[in-house]
Amino acid sequence: MGSQGGFGQSKEFLDLIKSIGEARSKAEEDRIVLHEIETLKRRIIEPDIPKRKMKEYIIRLVYIEMLGHDAAFGYIHAVKMTHDDSLLLKRTGYLAVTLFLNEDHDLIILIVNTIQKDLKSDNFLVVCAALNAVCRLINEETIPAVLPQVVELLGHSKEAVRKKAVMALHRFYQRSPSSVSHLVSNFRKRLCDNDPGVMGATLCPLFDLVSVDVSSYKDLVVSFVSILKQVAERRLPKAYDYHQMPAPFIQIKLLKILALLGNGDKQASGQMYTVVGDIMRKADTTSNIGNAILYECICCVSSIFPNTKLLEAAADAISKFLKSDSHNLKYMGIDALGRLIKISPDIAEQHQLAVIDCLEDPDDTLKRKTFELLYKMTKSSNVEVIVDRMIEYMININDNHYKTDIASRCVELAEQFAPSNHWFIQTMNKVFEHAGDLVNIKVAHNLMRLIAEGFGEDDDTADSQLRSSAVDSYLRIIGEPKLPSAFLQVICWVLGEYGTADGKYSASYITGKLCDVAEAHSTDDTVKAYAVTALMKIYSLEIAAGRQVDMLPECQSLIEDLCASSSTDLQQRAYELQAIIRLDAQALENILPLDASCEDIEVDKGLSFLNSYVQQSLENGAQPYIPESARSGVLNMSNLRSHDQQETSGHALRFEAYELPKPTMPTSRPATIMPSTELVPVPEPSYTREIHQTPAVPSISHSGSAELKLRLDGVQKKWGKPTYSSPVQSTSNSDFQKTVNGAAQPDATGSTKQKARDVSHDIKKQEVEIPSEKQRLAASLFGGVSRSEKRQTAAGNRGAPKANSGATESPHMTKVATSSEPSTVKTAPVQPPPDLLDFGESTATSDAPSTDPFKQLEGLVDVTQDGSAANSGSVATKASDFMSLYSERPGNVPSNLIDPSIDVNMSSGLLNASNNFDHGAGVVAQSPQSANKGPNLKDALQKDALVRQMGVTPTNQNPNLFRDLLG
Amino acid sequence: MIRAVIVMNDQGKPRLLKFYHYQPVEKQHEIIRTIYGVLCSRADNVSNFVNAESIFGPDARLVYKTFATLYFVFVFDASENELAILDLMQVFVETLDKCFSNVCELDIVFNFNKVHTILDEIIVGGQVLETSSSEVVKAVDEISRLEKASNSIMRVPKSISAWQGR
Repeated sequence: MGSQGGFGQSKEFLDLIKSIGEARSKAEEDRIVLHEIETLKRRIIEPDIPKRKMKEYIIRLVYIEMLGHDAAFGYIHAVKMTHDDSLLLKRTGYLAVTLFLNEDHDLIILIVNTIQKDLKSDNFLVVCAALNAVCRLINEETIPAVLPQVVELLGHSKEAVRKKAVMALHRFYQRSPSSVSHLVSNFRKRLCDNDPGVMGATLCPLFDLVSVDVSSYKDLVVSFVSILKQVAERRLPKAYDYHQMPAPFIQIKLLKILALLGNGDKQASGQMYTVVGDIMRKADTTSNIGNAILYECICCVSSIFPNTKLLEAAADAISKFLKSDSHNLKYMGIDALGRLIKISPDIAEQHQLAVIDCLEDPDDTLKRKTFELLYKMTKSSNVEVIVDRMIEYMININDNHYKTDIASRCVELAEQFAPSNHWFIQTMNKVFEHAGDLVNIKVAHNLMRLIAEGFGEDDDTADSQLRSSAVDSYLRIIGEPKLPSAFLQVICWVLGEYGTADGKYSASYITGKLCDVAEAHSTDDTVKAYAVTALMKIYSLEIAAGRQVDMLPECQSLIEDLCASSSTDLQQRAYELQAIIRLDAQALENILPLDASCEDIEVDKGLSFLNSYVQQSLENGAQPYIPESARSGVLNMSNLRSHDQQETSGHALRFEAYELPKPTMPTSRPATIMPSTELVPVPEPSYTREIHQTPAVPSISHSGSAELKLRLDGVQKKWGKPTYSSPVQSTSNSDFQKTVNGAAQPDATGSTKQKARDVSHDIKKQEVEIPSEKQRLAASLFGGVSRSEKRQTAAGNRGAPKANSGATESPHMTKVATSSEPSTVKTAPVQPPPDLLDFGESTATSDAPSTDPFKQLEGLVDVTQDGSAANSGSVATKASDFMSLYSERPGNVPSNLIDPSIDVNMSSGLLNASNNFDHGAGVVAQSPQSANKGPNLKDALQKDALVRQMGVTPTNQNPNLFRDLLG
Repeated sequence: MIRAVIVMNDQGKPRLLKFYHYQPVEKQHEIIRTIYGVLCSRADNVSNFVNAESIFGPDARLVYKTFATLYFVFVFDASENELAILDLMQVFVETLDKCFSNVCELDIVFNFNKVHTILDEIIVGGQVLETSSSEVVKAVDEISRLEKASNSIMRVPKSISAWQGR
């Protein structure tokens, strides 16, 4: 092998690796490793081991630990090795401890002294090794021990040391910002370092600092801009060039910092426009790193104060990304689109087909990113399509983490934008059915609350419609097996509360269903509890309404069973039920009033109704009550306890003088008895009965309602007809929709779309005409391609001023605007839709007569096809360009293709990778680059041949690494 | 910041592990298994990016690339740029190639301490320190030269051919 690549290890180590490589099973491998551990345990404690041997043992320990086995017995030897004078051993020791130990390990204290000593060493490599260890091993408590030395090293003569000292200081800042807050100015100083490496390293801490506190670094904008300018103009040493780009990594870091500094700051942003524009113009879109810079520019442009020209350039760059064949670039394009969309929402419609393509791409990463984008651009007109898509995807994945994520997004979108009650209930059913156990239980409580509270303050009919549609759908779904527990809880609660409300279903029918649920899920106590309480509510409602109640036999036996249940909660509920149904109608009306789950309950925390009783007792000579905190004995106790706690927490080592003891605070005690806020409320002792107007049953929506509230307020008002009066934000959306889509094309748009979608779903099953399906999807997502052509010019004109006005406050503002802001819209509802994300059929279709909606749809599809044809045309010309370039490529390029045998030789893969980004654009790059890299390539081929001569060409079956090698 | 650098082969066997936040051994192993499972299930011509939130918590991204029989995996958060990390990986591998003159998996297996040295020159404490591969090579060369000089007791390592000849 190569000069330095020689395997300078002993035969034993080679044997170990070889046998592990050849192990056929995990068990065999484990056996070998355990044997090795035994050997090492024995050997490592032998006296007088030569240092060279010891070093190898440590390396072997590291190897073993890398394979996932515990090597703790050797940690102390690694620590000892750091004390060694020899650089090699010392470095090995440091390497091992940084890999073995965490910063709170007990052995660290043994190393701190060595580190202190090494930081002062004359040999700069020793200092570097120590600094590496500092970055990894020093925790908050030990920072003061090394801080002075590290600060001193910032002025070291070697740039390698300065760099690492900057990093160490940065690490201290990350671990405990307060410990180095007085040293932050050092970073500013190092920014002016002569060595570009040090300057580049300083950008990392500065990025962190700026992101925490933007305002105090505004003065650096000029410096950053000038550095970036110099970098872009190739003033840095050639060594920092990477694929013909001048110091790309430094450029990227600088752009990130500028994005933070220019955020919402017109003046600061003004200074950046020129340089960012230059970089974007000059960006080399054929290389990976060039695109990385371009992407960073887009991020920067979308973060700083908007500039029309730059936004246009960014939009162009995004369309290049999206049109690329590389999944990486598409991913970046989607991400960038999501950023830019906040500022100029019109841009999305130009790319709708590309976005749909990404959504249907087999690449999961890309798909998820696209869902993220869709999530950002959801509004009431496209929520149905988007949420449907999300649910469809959610059903098909196994990744629970992501499933949870996407489920909660669906819920959020549905709550925010639901076009109708029916759709909302259906959507929630689907989400709960497939991910019910994954979503936060609060979502379920939220749903119950929504159903209970209804949507409009005055519109009772809509509320009862919602409830009966919920009851209907739940009764339909309840028999299905394997429903998640959270969903069943919702079902039981809703059935109990509203099952008989509209008189459609008889009490015995509902109770029968509830009994079935309780029986089918006999292992789930929570569901059973919900079911029993629902039964209780239904019976008492019946009695209160003056009807005769006959308990079903299965219900009776269920209750009897539960009276003997091992769960005390269930027992309590069962007994309560039995007691309550014996009461008369008058009492029940008070205990369980109809539809009162959202009424406020007055809780008399002061228990004032007992005052007369207390008064009487006192007059009779009873002792007055002394609060617990006022009792002297208790006070001492709590003092003592908190003192104790302080002692234990301060047990670790200290490096500075003891501070003065702080005055101790007496711990305050919770006041009086609070109403239970448990999910499944624990039955209260009987004397608090009066507090509860309704029994402590799963009407969870009141308990802990503070946290459950989430975004409910905005939600309910968002919905339904614009008739009811409600605060600004609620109506504005629907109002505005009305004015835009107008009387000319009344609610037809909504319903036709829905119909069309339903139809299209059916079609999908029958015929496989994907493109038109795709376009229809695009139309429903983006409101039709038709206008993209027409409005492109308008969009450009309108985009700019709007963006300018929009971003004055903050970028978040724009996001908010999409959902709730448009108070401006309300004041002047006639003006064109400033709703940022709406590219619905506003201007184009508003004056169209209300013709047959299907005809309109046809027209829409037609135009779409036109649009796509144009698109594909341009792609085709591009493609032919690629092809011509491809044919011009020098013949020697595809070195890999010549020899298809598996190249262990990484360099061929490497060169290949550096030239070639497996995507179309990369091919263009290859022709000029391969010419430059000619000699290299030859080298690689030679090396390749050499390696093969050596016989080191293991096959893909890696365990046999050595078969060829050993002959 | 960069949270972890992992090199493993196409059998899922780790060749280099570096976590910039401490992870206990068992956790490390679990992470490797999970990542390997994810990487295996990915088709050939898809993006090099994977969302790693389920493994490393919120906002974690993972970029991987295959070089011959090895997967190179970098895990990092929002403060880095995916495409740039892909090129950083390239710098790392280029440097390995220069240091081992034509690197292969065996080099990494046997000299992982040296690989660590190289990585430590590029990334320190999860931050990208140096991005010029020639600078890194210079630093690493100097280290190995001084290591040899400072260590006269160490015998010159036997070459592979001598060992093979036995």
